[in-house]
Amino acid sequence: MGWGAPVVYLCALALSLGLCALMLILAGKPALGGLFMLFRGAFGQGHSLLDALIKAIPIFLCSLGVALCFRMQIWNIGAEGQFALGAVGATWAALTFGTLPGVVLLPQMFLSALVLGALWGLIPAVLRLRLGVNEIISSLMLNYVGILVLEYLVFGAWKDPASFGFPMTSEFPPAALIARIWPGWLGKLHWGLIACPLAGVAYSVFLNRTRLGFELAACGEGERVARYARLPYGFLVLLVMGLGGALSGLAGSIETSATLGRLQPTLMVGYGYTAIVVAWLARLKPWPIAFTAFLLAALRVGVEAMQLELQIPAAFGQIMEGAILLCVLAGQFFLAYSVSLKRPRTGPPAQVAEARP
Amino acid sequence: MSPELILALLAATVQAGTPILYATLGEIISERAGVLNLGVEGIMALSSFAGFLGCHLTGSAWLGLAAGGLAGALLAGLHGVVCQVFLGNQVVSGLALTIFGVGLCNFLGTPYIGQATDGFHQFAVPLLADLPILGRIFFRQDALVYLSFLMPALVWFLLWRTSFGLGLRAAGEMPAAASAAGLNPQRLRFLGVLLGGLLCGLGGAYLSLAHTNLWTTGLSGGRGWVAVALVIFAFWRPGRAVAGAYLFGGVMAFQLRLQASGTNVPSSLLLMLPYVLTVLVLVLSAARAQSARRRGILGRKSAAPAALGVNIESVG
Repeated sequence: MGWGAPVVYLCALALSLGLCALMLILAGKPALGGLFMLFRGAFGQGHSLLDALIKAIPIFLCSLGVALCFRMQIWNIGAEGQFALGAVGATWAALTFGTLPGVVLLPQMFLSALVLGALWGLIPAVLRLRLGVNEIISSLMLNYVGILVLEYLVFGAWKDPASFGFPMTSEFPPAALIARIWPGWLGKLHWGLIACPLAGVAYSVFLNRTRLGFELAACGEGERVARYARLPYGFLVLLVMGLGGALSGLAGSIETSATLGRLQPTLMVGYGYTAIVVAWLARLKPWPIAFTAFLLAALRVGVEAMQLELQIPAAFGQIMEGAILLCVLAGQFFLAYSVSLKRPRTGPPAQVAEARP
Repeated sequence: MSPELILALLAATVQAGTPILYATLGEIISERAGVLNLGVEGIMALSSFAGFLGCHLTGSAWLGLAAGGLAGALLAGLHGVVCQVFLGNQVVSGLALTIFGVGLCNFLGTPYIGQATDGFHQFAVPLLADLPILGRIFFRQDALVYLSFLMPALVWFLLWRTSFGLGLRAAGEMPAAASAAGLNPQRLRFLGVLLGGLLCGLGGAYLSLAHTNLWTTGLSGGRGWVAVALVIFAFWRPGRAVAGAYLFGGVMAFQLRLQASGTNVPSSLLLMLPYVLTVLVLVLSAARAQSARRRGILGRKSAAPAALGVNIESVG
């Protein structure tokens, strides 16, 4: 590998930037100016980097959860739904125990988010283990259901009577809000950030320093290998899906409490899907996940800036994410295989070819 | 419920099931060739826009349909290139395709939201439309619905009664054997992916050209994923896809009708129905496959293609 990987990634990035420039032209916008605006919006000012860091928190947490499942080839693409259920769990605690002080209330909220997220992740796991139901589709379908559960609650039972019909809960009591670290200097950056290094360290300790983590890597070789080697395959599937769901749920609760301060449908902006892109681009390793999560969060910030200045739909970010992932997938071919430009011999059998002087 | 209402509901069922039927058949072709394409949702989204744009620019619904099919084949071709040429992971490539396709649809389609389309119109088939009940349900539809009646048989014929179909299925079951028999499994797979994408594209175009006459983004709304699930439900067989597609069409039509009737069931719960049903259908088909395997009825014949999702590594 060596220098190959960065080259492939840079080429993929260049290719997808080119594609995005093409899209801008198709939409009748200035291509180079647009891309410049994207970069300036993402990295230009101090506050844009802070914004990116804030958005990177949920992406990073979801991505760790997804990566854990991908490690053993369990295709959990349900992070979005688990995120929604985490937000629902945290909101339930905030609305039910709102009178408690923050030291009790916040852990209460995180706990219910972890539990609900984990349960949502366990549904596809159990279905797969008991009946062999394809977890890709079931976890994806639960995304739609999870978001609709959230909407059902904020349009119905939890709707703030004082919201003039807008679908949102009432504001959380101050005790249910995650505080900002240093409002004067660090803007909206909040203490939820702490969860990232904690989860990241736990992730790599679990994978590299524990027996179960080792067995998990072995299960990644395939279910039959794992069962043949008498590894606890079923238990590990439940574990990774539960933990993955819990991490996404945690992300949902942090996002609800720290950036919105109430539950409303605008919470769901597709972090769970970005997390999948991040996990794969980072090849499921924690440091690269952190870095890639930040980059794609910065991309979102940049797109927001473009949206304001060029009136471009937010979907521009989606196109870029998809394009980068497709290009990197194709590019990884050059890392796994050496490409030779010799034409394959056709026609004459081997011995004939050898007989020539 | 009056008989008239039931008939209307059944006719709406056929309409709502049609795009899913096209997409399911497309995915069956692709998976029979050994390529898992999880990008159906993205393909349907993009081709719903391509269908609208084609019709909007040329004024012809048929050219719109062609544009939709072409867009579907092109996007699927991207998946083919990533997986067949560059041997990328099929699951991840399909997901990327969905993100990309849905993104493209939203990005390019947003400026046109609210534009009316003059797409396909319903017309009664002479004689058949006068049949007592069936006529009302099946034969007062639009041209794409009629075309979809022929599609399962066409796909079946292609896959099981032509040498191309035999090669295609060989490429999905055992590419090495296909290669030894002098076929080119990579090319066959690529063709399968393109053909599958074309059909998914027709399904997407149906959404903007016949299902609704006002363009908006997000028309696909998870139908692509339903199609992927229905392939499993259908045991990779075109005939069974019909039942699955109309089952979903029925639920979607029912849910729309209920919403329109001003029921006090919250709409979020109604909207959940198709997605919950998808999971149930998966559970059901998994349970049935399991019990059939246990009793030894279900051989390799109706299970998933053996080399599904496995890339062909050796070139030649």
